[in-house]
Amino acid sequence: MTEIFGVPIQALAGQLMLGLVNGSFYAMLSLGLAVIFGMLNIINFAHGALYMMGAIFTWMFMEYLGIGYWWSLVLAPISVGLIGIAIERLLLQWLYKLDHLYGLLLTFGLALILEGFFRHLYGVAGQPYSIPDELSGAINLGFMFLPKYRAWIIVASLTVCLVTWYVIEKTRLGAYLRAATENPALTQAFGINVPLMVMLTYGFGVGLAGLAGVLAAPATQVGPLMGSNLIITVFAVVVIGGMGSILGSILTGLGLGLIEGLTKVFYPEASATVVFIIMAIVLMFRPAGLFGREK
Amino acid sequence: MNSNRSVQIAYAIGLVLLLIAPSLIYPVLIMKVLCFALFACAFNLLLGYTGLLSFGHAVFLGSAAYITGHALKVWELPTLLGILVGTAGAAGLGWVIGSLAIRRQGIYFAMVTLALSQMVYFFFLQASFTGGEDGLQGVPRGTLFGLDLADDTNLYYLVVAIFVGAFWLIQRTIHSPFGQILKAIRENEPRAISLGYDVAKYKLLAFVLSAGLAGLAGATKTVVFKFATLTDAHWHTSGEVVLMTLLGGMGTVFGPVVGATVIVSLQNELADKVGSLVTVIMGVIFVVCVLAFRRGIVGESIALYKRMIGEKTR
Repeated sequence: MTEIFGVPIQALAGQLMLGLVNGSFYAMLSLGLAVIFGMLNIINFAHGALYMMGAIFTWMFMEYLGIGYWWSLVLAPISVGLIGIAIERLLLQWLYKLDHLYGLLLTFGLALILEGFFRHLYGVAGQPYSIPDELSGAINLGFMFLPKYRAWIIVASLTVCLVTWYVIEKTRLGAYLRAATENPALTQAFGINVPLMVMLTYGFGVGLAGLAGVLAAPATQVGPLMGSNLIITVFAVVVIGGMGSILGSILTGLGLGLIEGLTKVFYPEASATVVFIIMAIVLMFRPAGLFGREK
Repeated sequence: MNSNRSVQIAYAIGLVLLLIAPSLIYPVLIMKVLCFALFACAFNLLLGYTGLLSFGHAVFLGSAAYITGHALKVWELPTLLGILVGTAGAAGLGWVIGSLAIRRQGIYFAMVTLALSQMVYFFFLQASFTGGEDGLQGVPRGTLFGLDLADDTNLYYLVVAIFVGAFWLIQRTIHSPFGQILKAIRENEPRAISLGYDVAKYKLLAFVLSAGLAGLAGATKTVVFKFATLTDAHWHTSGEVVLMTLLGGMGTVFGPVVGATVIVSLQNELADKVGSLVTVIMGVIFVVCVLAFRRGIVGESIALYKRMIGEKTR
């Protein structure tokens, strides 16, 4: 058996794989947070709750309507996105002129409402959701068995992240978006409907969280509390990466997932805290974050 | 202006109410309210007077609760010394977390404090002295000057003394030159820097002071309830103290006390009746406060009072 630093290579590869899976979720969620923050100047605390809703909707579609995984992959993010649009129109739009902190507080309240509501309905325990037939099983790579579903999570979320990057950085729509982020008043003066873009951005950002939730549903237990602990780690990821760059968010998310996976192999006690420790170190030496700009 | 006079009268009424309250209401409930009121006042010193939103303040409440619990139960220290040790521990932790967090501003400051407090929470979850999920139980209340603190009434007056002392300290801080500089930082940080103030130092001092006082609240709470649990250090509790301060009125003297009283009594009333929906209700209060009630109960009352006076004199 081949070993690296006394660890069997299979265990190492397996943990790195899990780390990449977690990293994909960090990347998708921090990307959504960054896009929303750029446009709305709001840190969306409800992001974790909306991720949870993506997963719970997937489970509910199956349980009550018999809708399978592949349809949920489309329907659940759209539902979450529509809820996001309703939230933006009804609540968030009144806060844009106020201090950023109020946005954080309001979305925190929303997170409590959503989490409490689903906890009331389903209790704290998680519900299992089975992996779709097409993606169950594993591929033998020679040095390790690669579960197909994990590979799918990584491929799917990376594709979504890169498409998002392409749309924002390389297309006309993305150019409007970046202009509206930089100077909303001037962009509006050029005849672009900025409030509409803000609304759609929020809908898209939380839709991404919903999609991450769908991807997570078969990989973890689907429960009301799955979002809240994750979102705090994602906040740390956002602090480490800085919210200035989209590719930066993606890379930071994946990288931290990998580091977490490695920690699980070599020093399991610290695996829950390693992201926060890295955050503390980054704050000491590069307070603006790895890809951030000092303002 | 006689606002000074009316504040003095409010203090006097508050003190009298505190002294006669245990004959009317269950003292343990009032002690709980006082602990959370102190917690919220300490938090308000940071948010309301320095403009820093810490989203991890529960960790100071929780760490002091554990340290005091450990000191009283395992080291068998006298009660007051145990409370002091817990408070000092929270202040020390505040220094570590504060000096990291003040490197970022605004929204990032909130995220950093939240993330660091989550790290400490995981540490408490794994460490052996905290008892993990079970919590630290069976902490003795001890005695003070020969009085048995296991008696609720005796303990009540100790808690009132601690609360009044800490409240006085906070008021002195706010009205001191140091407090004025904190307000200047809140209003316009670049200007405070240009006036030659070492802003980072002042922010850190405010953070340590606030963490220490939050710790005092946590330490006292351990003595009252005879246990310390993970809930004290959880981010939900951090959110609660934000809500108490927001609902009562941030940046006002009595706001956090009013907010803590309302929230603790509400939780006390609702816990049996609606169960897990309490979280939903807290969330709704949050949303309503942010959208329509940003000055809080005390802030809105003061504004209303001023409007009435203004109309009379005109």
